[in-house]
Amino acid sequence: MQRKSTIAFFMALPLIALIATLVLYPAGYAIHLATLNKSMERFVGLGNFFFLFKRETFWMVVQQSCIFAITAVIFKALIGFVVAHFVHNIPARGQRKWRGMLLVPWVIPPAMSCLAWLWLFDPSYSAFNWILALFGIEPVPWTGHTGWARFSVILVNIWIGAPFFMIMYLAALKSVPEQLYEAAAIDGASWWQRIWYVTLPMMRNIIAITALFSLIVTFANFDIVRVLTAGGPIDTTHIFGTWSFRVGIEGYDIPLGAAVSLFMVPILAVAAVFILRDITRRGNES
Amino acid sequence: MANVELHKVVKTYDNTPAVRGVDLHIDDKEFIVLVGPSGCGKSTTLRMIAGLEEITDGEIMIGGDVVNDVPPKDRDIAMVFQNYALYPHMTVFENMSFGLRLKRFPKAEIKRRVDEAARILDITDLLERKPKQLSGGQRQRVAMGRAIVRDPKVFLFDEPLSNLDAKLRVQMRTEIKKVHQKVRTTTVYVTHDQVEAMTLADRVVVMNNGLIEQVGEPNDLYHAPATKFVAGFIGSPAMNFVPCRLEKAGGGGLSVRLTDKIAFTVPAERTRRYEPFVGRGRLTFGLRPEHVTDARGALEKDQQKLDVTLTVTEPMGMETLVYFAIDGTELCGRVSPNAGARDGGPMTLAAHLGDMHLIDEDTGKVV
Repeated sequence: MQRKSTIAFFMALPLIALIATLVLYPAGYAIHLATLNKSMERFVGLGNFFFLFKRETFWMVVQQSCIFAITAVIFKALIGFVVAHFVHNIPARGQRKWRGMLLVPWVIPPAMSCLAWLWLFDPSYSAFNWILALFGIEPVPWTGHTGWARFSVILVNIWIGAPFFMIMYLAALKSVPEQLYEAAAIDGASWWQRIWYVTLPMMRNIIAITALFSLIVTFANFDIVRVLTAGGPIDTTHIFGTWSFRVGIEGYDIPLGAAVSLFMVPILAVAAVFILRDITRRGNES
Repeated sequence: MANVELHKVVKTYDNTPAVRGVDLHIDDKEFIVLVGPSGCGKSTTLRMIAGLEEITDGEIMIGGDVVNDVPPKDRDIAMVFQNYALYPHMTVFENMSFGLRLKRFPKAEIKRRVDEAARILDITDLLERKPKQLSGGQRQRVAMGRAIVRDPKVFLFDEPLSNLDAKLRVQMRTEIKKVHQKVRTTTVYVTHDQVEAMTLADRVVVMNNGLIEQVGEPNDLYHAPATKFVAGFIGSPAMNFVPCRLEKAGGGGLSVRLTDKIAFTVPAERTRRYEPFVGRGRLTFGLRPEHVTDARGALEKDQQKLDVTLTVTEPMGMETLVYFAIDGTELCGRVSPNAGARDGGPMTLAAHLGDMHLIDEDTGKVV
C-alpha cells in the first residue's frame, strides 16, 4: 500500500511541479510582493491594504469592476442564450456556417478587435457618430464621458464574450432530448413554458458554470479597458486588472499593484463557492 | 373518450414517402396496436395523431373534429414515449401533475388525480422521488401515470416497453392491459413486437412499407392472414413458405406439389376456392410450424405424412423446434419433446393441411 501511494506520487509529480511553478509560486510571490514597501526593501505587513482602503479611487475601482463584470456577464448570458436558440433552430446544413460566423468576435485577439472598436468610437471620424449625424443626433463622446465610456467598455466586452456563451449553450441545447419537448408540447406547454420548464432547468448547470467562468475572466479583464480607454476619463473605467497595472507598472509601485490584484481573490472565491455548491447539490439530486 | 379516424393520411419527408395513404377507424374505448417492422410508418402514423408530425395529405379526426392543424396541446391526447421522456429535474409528483398545473387545475384536484393514478399504478411511495432514483419499470409506470392523470380522449403509446428487459416487459404488458380495463380510454399503441400486439390489442393493424396490410382481431390475423407479409409477420417462428404448383388429382380433387416427390392433397372444402389457380406459376404454399407436428399413431383428417431428415433441433422444454429442408428451402416444425428428434436424424412429420395457406405471389395475397 505504502509503495503504491509512493508510485502514485511520483507519477503525479510532473503535474504537481507544473502547478507549483505556474500557480503556487506566482500566487505566493504576489502575496509576498504585496507585503513590501514601494521600493521593495522593507516588509510592511498589511500596510498596502490599509493604504488602499483609505483611497477613494480604490473603492471606485471595486465598484466599477463589479458593475463591469456583472452587467457584462448578464448580457453575455442573455444574448448567448437567445442566439443559441436561433442557431439551434437553423436547419443542420446552414448551422455550421452561422456558428462559425458568430464565433468570429471571440476568436479575434481582443487587443486587435478593440483597435477596430476604438475607431468606431472615435468622436470625430467614427462610423457610429456619422450614422447618428444622419439622423440629426448630436455626436456621442463614446470614450470621453464617464457614463458613455463605462457603457462602451461593457459593450465591447459583451461583443467579444457572448459567442462563448452561445457555443456553450448551443452544446447544452443539443443535449436536451427532443422527446422532453414533445412530452411538454403534449402536456400543453407553450413555447415560453417549454423554455422555462424544460430548457432552463436542463441547462442550469451549464449556465452556472459558464457564468462563473465568464465572471472570473471578465473580472480579471485587462485588454479591452486598456486599449479603449486606458482607464480614463480620470480613472473612472478602471477595473482591478488595469488599475493594478497603472499603479504597479506605470506608477512604479509594484507592491501596491500586487495588493490591488489580490483583492480579486476573495470576491471571486465567494462567487465560486456559491455557484459550485449549487451545482454539486443539483448534481446529487438529479 | 373519443373515436379516432384517419382518412388517406400521407406523410412524405423530402419526397421519401413514410406513410402512403392510411385509412383507419378506431372506435371509442378501443385498444388498437400498430405493428410492423422498422420503417413501416407505424411510429410516424402515431406521431401524426399526436400532432408531433405534420400531415402531408389526408385527414385525422379525433372525437369527430378534424385536428390536422390543431397543435398537440389542444388535441386532448396523452403520450407515453419509448424512453419515458420524464422531466429529470422534477419529482414523480411534479412529472405527473405537470400537464394539469399548466392547465391551472385547482391544487386539490391535481392531488386527487395524481393520488388516484398513483394508486392504480402502485407508485404511491415514489411520488417524492426523482426519475433518476427509479428503476426502468417504475419510470414506465410514472410515464403512464402522467398520461392517466390528464384523463385525455386518446392514449398514445410509442413502443413503451422496448427499453425494458424481457421479464419486466411481460409484467408491464399485463399492467398496461389492466390499466386499460380500468380507465377504458381509446388507445393507440405502437410496437414492433408481435407478441405485444397480439396480447394487448382489441384489433391489430399490421403495417408495411407505409401502408396498412391488414386490420383485424389478433386471432383473425393469425388464422386468416390477408397477405403473405401478414402471414409471415404474425407468429413465431414464422410461417413456412415453399414455392408450389396446384395440380388436378383423381376424384375431382386438387393436390399441391412442393417438389417432384412431395405433393399433398388439398382439403376437399378448399377445392373450389383454389381451382382457378391450377397450373398457374408463382404460387407459394404456407404452413405454420405449429401445423407441422410429429406423426403420432394414426393421422387425423387432412393430416398427411412427410418424411424428412432433420438439420437442427431446438429443444424448448415444452416442445422441440425441428428444422429440415425441402429442395433447399428450410422449414420448421414443432414436435413433442418425446418424439425422438435429433440433429441429422430422420423423422416422420404430420402436415396439417387443414391449416394450409395458398399465396398468389403476383398479388402477394393469400387465396
